[in-house]
Amino acid sequence: MSTDVSADRIPIKLRAEALEQLLVERGLVDPNVMDSFIKTYEKDVGPLNGAKVVAKAWTDPEFKARLLENGTTAVAELGFKGPQGEHIVVVENTDTVHNVVVCTLCSCYPWPLLGLPPTWYKDPAYRARVVKEPRTVLAEMGLTLPESTEVTVWDSSSEVRFFVLPQRPAASEGMSEEELVAIVSRDAMVGVAVVGA
Amino acid sequence: MMSAVIELDIEGPAAPPRANGELVFAEPWESRAFGLAMSLNESGVFTWDEFREELIAAISSWEQSAQPGDCYSYYQCWLTALERISITHDLIPAHSLRERAQELADRPAGYDHGHDHDHDHDHDDHDDHDH
Repeated sequence: MSTDVSADRIPIKLRAEALEQLLVERGLVDPNVMDSFIKTYEKDVGPLNGAKVVAKAWTDPEFKARLLENGTTAVAELGFKGPQGEHIVVVENTDTVHNVVVCTLCSCYPWPLLGLPPTWYKDPAYRARVVKEPRTVLAEMGLTLPESTEVTVWDSSSEVRFFVLPQRPAASEGMSEEELVAIVSRDAMVGVAVVGA
Repeated sequence: MMSAVIELDIEGPAAPPRANGELVFAEPWESRAFGLAMSLNESGVFTWDEFREELIAAISSWEQSAQPGDCYSYYQCWLTALERISITHDLIPAHSLRERAQELADRPAGYDHGHDHDHDHDHDDHDDHDH
């Protein structure tokens, strides 16, 4: 593409290295700050946070009500906030409605709850197709929904980042909040899977 | 506009995982590009929405020009967006990016600190890159 600042023949990793060197030399980026961001998102922030939110919502009706009312402030009660967590809206799966989330334009995603988005979430195929044929895409990803279930697709953006509250499986009756955390998958919180017990 | 027909990649690098747990970054340069954007945003050099606009433009541009079989790289779009915003915000001159990348490409074979990139430039004894 003509707007590329570097010739195509230069390997991408050298473009990244050049950009980093220039920004660091000018004092615009502190390498230590940069490294801590990378480490945080590689190691510390991930779907476990979201699983804790789901398990709490399943066991604490008042928290669930607050979560559905205002996702951002409710998850902040558990200490989950930060970049890309400013406008979290929680949508609840029920017997009749299944919610699935996409960002059609880029990759908006509730980082504080789920970490960075997986590759498939950023992929052009998922972004384009889940809007047009959600049932087919979900089936290809291993989730076949009954015809009677209504599928709602939510398009995340800089204004709103959607998060799915999955249905609690009947077989999880009697499990503790801690045990529930372990059965909630990242994919279920994006809506491309359901939680099995 | 989206490309007309895109197959959902079931087995390949963009395959939908069935469970939690995967590498966040496929290659070290991707994590560097991520960290640069986060750092610049945090220091207030640009807002996240400004970066996001460039990212959307880069992704859209790729999607419009992609040929069948082209492999999509999200972080390539990310880096393109970061290069563009660095230039439009006058952080660095456009020519310096090209020149520096070319210098790096011209390093003697065997010279490689791309794998385990650290910030100790003491070992960087062949050239101080100043011009």
